[in-house]
Amino acid sequence: MTDTTTGIPSPDPTRMTAAAIADGIAAGEFTAVEVAEAHLARIDAVDEKVHAFLHVDRAGALAAARAVDERRAAGEPLGALAGVPLALKDIFTTEGVPTTVGSKILEGWIPPYDATLTKRLRDAGVVVLGKTNMDEFAMGSSTENSAYGPTGNPWDLTRIPGGSGGGSAAALASWQAPLAIGTDTGGSIRQPAAVTGTVGVKPTYGAVSRYGMVAFSSSLDQGGPCARTVLDAALLHEVIAGHDPLDSTSIDAPVPPVVEAARNGSVEGLRIGVVTEFRGDGYQAGVMRRFDESVELLADLGAEIVELSCPSFTKALAAYYLIAPSECSSNLARFDGLRYGLRVGDDGTRSAEQVTALTREAGFGPEVKRRVMLGTYALSSGYYDAYYGSAQKVRTLISRDFERAFGQVDVIVSPTTPTTAFPIGERADDPMAMYLADLCTIPSNLAGNSAMSLPCGLAPEDGLPVGLQIIAPAMADDRLYRVGAAVEAAFGARWGHPILEEAPAL
Amino acid sequence: MTVIDLVSYEDALASFDPVMGLEVHVELGTATKMFCGCSTALGAEPNSQTCPVCLGLPGALPVVNATGVESAVRIGLALHCEIARWCRFARKNYFYPDMPKNFQTSQYDEPIAFNGYLDVQLEDGEVFRVEIERAHMEEDTGKSTHVGGATGRIHGASHSLLDYNRAGIPLIEIVTKPIVGAGERAPEVARAYVAELRELIRSLGVSEARMEMGQMRCDVNLSLRPHGREKFGTRSETKNVNSLRSVERAVRFEVRRHAGVLSSGGTIVQETRHFHEEDGSTTSGRVKEEAEDYRYFPEPDLVPVAPDPAWVEELRVSLPEPPRVRRNRLREEWGLTAHEMQSVLNAGALDPIVATIEAGADQAAARKWWLGELARRANEQGVDLIALPITPEQVARVAELVSEGTLNDKLARQVIEGVLAGEGGPDEVVAGRGLAIVSDDGALGTAVDEAIAANPAIADKVRGGKVAAAGALVGAVMKATRGQADAARAREMILERLGVQG
Repeated sequence: MTDTTTGIPSPDPTRMTAAAIADGIAAGEFTAVEVAEAHLARIDAVDEKVHAFLHVDRAGALAAARAVDERRAAGEPLGALAGVPLALKDIFTTEGVPTTVGSKILEGWIPPYDATLTKRLRDAGVVVLGKTNMDEFAMGSSTENSAYGPTGNPWDLTRIPGGSGGGSAAALASWQAPLAIGTDTGGSIRQPAAVTGTVGVKPTYGAVSRYGMVAFSSSLDQGGPCARTVLDAALLHEVIAGHDPLDSTSIDAPVPPVVEAARNGSVEGLRIGVVTEFRGDGYQAGVMRRFDESVELLADLGAEIVELSCPSFTKALAAYYLIAPSECSSNLARFDGLRYGLRVGDDGTRSAEQVTALTREAGFGPEVKRRVMLGTYALSSGYYDAYYGSAQKVRTLISRDFERAFGQVDVIVSPTTPTTAFPIGERADDPMAMYLADLCTIPSNLAGNSAMSLPCGLAPEDGLPVGLQIIAPAMADDRLYRVGAAVEAAFGARWGHPILEEAPAL
Repeated sequence: MTVIDLVSYEDALASFDPVMGLEVHVELGTATKMFCGCSTALGAEPNSQTCPVCLGLPGALPVVNATGVESAVRIGLALHCEIARWCRFARKNYFYPDMPKNFQTSQYDEPIAFNGYLDVQLEDGEVFRVEIERAHMEEDTGKSTHVGGATGRIHGASHSLLDYNRAGIPLIEIVTKPIVGAGERAPEVARAYVAELRELIRSLGVSEARMEMGQMRCDVNLSLRPHGREKFGTRSETKNVNSLRSVERAVRFEVRRHAGVLSSGGTIVQETRHFHEEDGSTTSGRVKEEAEDYRYFPEPDLVPVAPDPAWVEELRVSLPEPPRVRRNRLREEWGLTAHEMQSVLNAGALDPIVATIEAGADQAAARKWWLGELARRANEQGVDLIALPITPEQVARVAELVSEGTLNDKLARQVIEGVLAGEGGPDEVVAGRGLAIVSDDGALGTAVDEAIAANPAIADKVRGGKVAAAGALVGAVMKATRGQADAARAREMILERLGVQG
């Protein structure tokens, strides 16, 4: 089943789901190498325009694909995603492959070790195509803060693909990869998924190892799966989640049955909460329209809709912008130009201290500097209690709001982000406007529970994708997939095709 | 260089009371580092014992060393501290090249152990109680070597070399409460405290606590206040005072210096000071105009440490006898004077002697060999007694060979020499060097006959009743047998052959 003129299997694997690709390889319909080559060809064809990737690891991808083909030929059992290509956010270390975190300060650094997540992907036979663009150190909601230039939203290349994981989301939406990895500190998986019409999941904090994930804010950072379908996300979730002794905050408990849930979508009899604080000023009309339709759909599918109030959520953004910068000011201290990465001004006349200062001045972008300064200030003696201390109290209140809510409902739904993709440059000089993109996603990071974004239609006013957020309690990630799969199936039936089919050709 | 006015120690004490605070860092002897699996062995090639975690590479995360926590709890218990039911690590943020993450993972307001004390005994037997503020866990930094400067200090250096083998080695920092009331004995108390702490740490088996190896390091804080005043004076912080003698000297010097400044109407500046081994003085380091802001906050990469109370109790009941109590017990059991016991302690011979007794030797013999021949050889080689390549079991075997008559003292010394030279255990050396006493009558008889034949005049004297002259013949026998003869038996045979009653 291969087109003899292009060498690309037919049907085109770049248009297939991860599940279908894995099945096709397992069934011998095409090889992992053919699949990898098809995706590498797609990257060659479109990524100049999209700029989803910072680094394409052609040789590594083909070698991984060949290994899968050899294992299959030898009759060895293959994992559920063996041979499926994946776009890896450039925040996870990859032995021998550059890892920049979207920053100049790590330009040219070749990590000597694999992140636990990277290792799990490799062990599962997943084919890592390359490393995707991101806001520097995952700080941003548009990928404009990347030191290596912005990424375009495949729905409209003049608009942002969300952030910080804009590269991963754009790779999915432009058919360059069926799977991607993101990290979510305040919404960096879910918000890009929402604005690109893809699926993104922030698992429960501690579900996916952070070992080898370059830290932004340790108590909030969480890696997770990005895909075009709920089932694909679940398959990837199962590969990357699980206890890791190298990460002390990793949960030592079985991974919730996410794949089974994704295969058995249903909201029948579920109580689903709608939070009053997740609407109001700043929410785009078309976003709210699609959200309200989604709630109606859930009710039609047999869910009981419950109105809830979570009053502390209004303070989440403020708390987040104290906690995350505080932690990052400490986490980023190690980038001093002495041991790895960029070094500036080492001309034999300067002290180590001066070289460190020059390196950080040159190596960090403005948003990173803003947050490092904010965090340094918030942790300073005399200010600690008022800022960091108060923020931690708000964090506790938010967790309590969630606890109370989950006493009444099984999951909560909201818009993922208040607006559709905004034009590149529109909010670049207005950090507060940028921060508002994460209004609905941040509470889950502060509380450490699990949340998903999946497409719920296009906003009537601009024809751009709108995301529906589903929030579940910690360690109940399977509920996201059960509800998500039901919503996806119902919308799919209504639209007659996956939403990404409506994106313009590149 | 500013001139430092010192007043005499006696004059200083006439006007002021010293107040001390001692901060001791102990490197734990765990096999691996505090937050990663790297080896803690000393002396390896620079940077050969490192990994992404202790190098602070992007993405790397710490995992707490359970043995490190257990050691910390045991130290806390031995210092009569309360043990935290729940405590966290904290990040101490500051930039320094020998610290790979530019923060030290430490503990701040939630130490694992707090509110304890250590009773220390001065040489005259007086017991002084030193109150413990806290003991907390942290990690060591790497080591900088400044090249090209005159003094090895960073000032004037052309460049620096960094070795991260030490980075991440577990440390316990033990901080005393202000030590007041020691008066003129302050230097002695400081020394005795550090010595007692070192013994305690060793008795727990959590560290060798060798100060010369940097496994135990002391900072001495000192201030003076006029007699009768409650309020403490401004303190100086003398860093890295790294021997018992230096601790004593640093306190003494700072007392004299502070008194000099205060007596002439000056004020003490709060500063860190460097200690100089060569003359026992201190010089100004960094002035602390305001407290350094380390921006401590709870370490988010680690989960809280919550020692199970039942486990803590288990550790408490399994603590070894406190060193001071043990010393006093052994002194009584062995019937030693305080002075004799002090010689044992000064030689570092207590544990080897105990082990030798446990291996079967009697106390007097064990003490004789460790304080005599072995102490002499350790001294010659400039090493600690325990560093000699001989085990207490081997020493006990030597003592046994002497008591059963196989060796005399002279031969025994040769056996020890052989063991130290790596020729094997005592029995192997005896066999290898042919050192056993010659006491079988055949071989000895020949030597006796030869001695009599070679010294007819002396033999006649003996025959004539001058029994004491037999000593010369015994000497000849011993000489002929190169000391291996059983001297008593040789004397018997000589007298027998010459027909005299001994």
